Amino acid sequence: MAILKIRNLTVRFATSTGSFTAVDGIDTEVDRGEVLAIVGESGSGKSVSMLAVMGLLPDTATITADEMSYDGHDLLKMTKAERRQLIGREITMIFQEPIASLNPSFTVGFQIEEVLRLNLGLSRRDARARALELFKQVGIPSPEEKLGAYPHQMSGGQCQRVMIAMAIASKPRLLIADEPTTALDVTIQKQILDLLMSLQEEYGMALIMITHDMGVVAETADRVVVQYKGRKMEEADVLSLFEAPQHPYTRALLAALPENATGDRLPTVSDFFAEGAQ
Amino acid sequence: MTVVLEGRNITQDYHVSGGLFGGAKTVRAVKGINFSVEKGKTLAIVGESGSGKSTLARIIALIDAPSGGDLLIGSEKVDISQKRPGPEMRSRVQMVFQNPYGSLNPRQKIGSVLTEPLLINKPEISAEERRSLAEAMLVKVGLGPEHYNRYPHMFSGGQRQRIAIARALMLNPSLLVLDEPVSALDLSVQAQVLNLLADLQEEFGLTYVFVSHDLSVVRYIADDVMVISQGEAVEQGTREAVFANPTHPYTRQLFAATPVTDVEAIRARVAKRQAARAAV
Ligand SMILES: Nc1ncnc2c1ncn2[C@@H]1O[C@H](COP(=O)(O)OP(=O)(O)OP(=O)(O)O)[C@@H](O)[C@H]1O
Ligand SMILES: Nc1ncnc2c1ncn2[C@@H]1O[C@H](COP(=O)(O)OP(=O)(O)OP(=O)(O)O)[C@@H](O)[C@H]1O
Ligand SMILES: [Mg+2]
Ligand SMILES: [Mg+2]
Repeated sequence: MAILKIRNLTVRFATSTGSFTAVDGIDTEVDRGEVLAIVGESGSGKSVSMLAVMGLLPDTATITADEMSYDGHDLLKMTKAERRQLIGREITMIFQEPIASLNPSFTVGFQIEEVLRLNLGLSRRDARARALELFKQVGIPSPEEKLGAYPHQMSGGQCQRVMIAMAIASKPRLLIADEPTTALDVTIQKQILDLLMSLQEEYGMALIMITHDMGVVAETADRVVVQYKGRKMEEADVLSLFEAPQHPYTRALLAALPENATGDRLPTVSDFFAEGAQ
Repeated sequence: MTVVLEGRNITQDYHVSGGLFGGAKTVRAVKGINFSVEKGKTLAIVGESGSGKSTLARIIALIDAPSGGDLLIGSEKVDISQKRPGPEMRSRVQMVFQNPYGSLNPRQKIGSVLTEPLLINKPEISAEERRSLAEAMLVKVGLGPEHYNRYPHMFSGGQRQRIAIARALMLNPSLLVLDEPVSALDLSVQAQVLNLLADLQEEFGLTYVFVSHDLSVVRYIADDVMVISQGEAVEQGTREAVFANPTHPYTRQLFAATPVTDVEAIRARVAKRQAARAAV
């Protein structure tokens, strides 16, 4: 059963040089308990399409879709109040640039406790206890102390884990994780991915994982969508994608892994398209 | 070979108010690190999240003064707590920050982000020339002249990361400190940026300090590698030596945890997941 269903989603931005189509007729579906990975080149509309689902795009964006529904409810027709009931509780998102999404003027402890109190109705005391527990779960060192830190006093990877803790705090039914481990080294990345996967298995949470890291895809995804220039190029179950990538961009993605470098230059996508054209 | 960058026993202390729990205290984030880098080479700094990489990078890039130790650029001892670096030193040393969004002014168009360093440090360059240099730089990092008039929020995460790189390159620095510069980039754009950095290094003999948690990138770009853990350099050596024979447990752990993309491993994981589901 699809928990999120998107058909023919288009997002256009009004810019000084005219209208720009960032997402061009994308279809996406994710089932309860499923892990969908979205990979694609930088600027291909991965974040924008998910921000459209969250209702977080600026006013300069025009969103059209034949369907955009969550658990059978039409997200496009929902009132702001109805949407607020869902967003932040049942549907949460780990944003791509963690430090930009934290408020610099408040401690990270205050910010996560706010989320717990407002969205889950916890008391101050319970919120504090739960915040501490979440910080431990995401592997923040000296968690008690770090609850009292401001965002600029945390390292890049620590901020990212604060964001992850906030996003999983409400035990969402759909979690959209936008490049959730970019600031983490592989040892912590593994811990975070294991945590997300265990939440996912425990609560049947659906997970949309936007990533450029094919290692993350290999270790988490059930199904993979490959996006290029605002369009979906390829969709496959994870095994087929790695076994037999169809689209040149997908092949380029797999080949551009620096460990596959031959000589002193890394292959880029244009090399692949050029090859395809020959 | 000429050493162009040297650190001697660098330390950094942060004073943190105890916040919710207990009183104020001092945390030593960098605990006496020594290093030297030769002209035209790349030193990669690797280490766990929170180990002190950005703290050290900011010291090398003359953003923060260290609490202790000496920093030498060229053969000149530089102490920014005594004397602010002048325009000449500022253009020589540039930094690409770990979080590009935070380092960009939301009300400043990209064109102005890129031309501003020139305006300040190289006022002899005409406005027209500044613009054409900026547009050329946008193309080099895989963006285009059409992005010149856009604001930072109108870009994707990876595009902003490239803007940060472009800005740092505008002044033709001789020492570039890059803090996780390609972490948000898809592999193809990452390749483009790494190729660009390699070209610039070859052409102009640039020296890089490159912070990364991605070992495959480090293996590609580094001449020397320094692994830091809890503020200390626990492993230092040539890339070949560190990759062939990692001696510190953290380095070994890093190698062991690197995700596998081979089809058999994926097949096994998928099968396990299906079995777990069938059992419910
Ligand atoms: N507010 C905006 N105004 C104009 N264009 C925008 C705006 N926000 C995003 N864009 C453009 O939309 C396109 C898609 O952006 P998006 O953030 O979805 O990319 P992405 O696939 O997430 O890339 P990355 O991997 O680099 O994060 C980009 O070309 C970007 O420049
Ligand atoms: N301004 C500050 N005040 C207090 N503590 C700080 C400050 N900046 C960093 N720290 C702490 O110093 C330690 C080192 O931080 P740093 O940002 O150098 O780590 P890092 O190695 O770059 O980590 P990451 O890979 O997560 O970016 C961390 O524990 C961090 O919380
Ligand atoms: Mg994005
Ligand atoms: Mg850092």
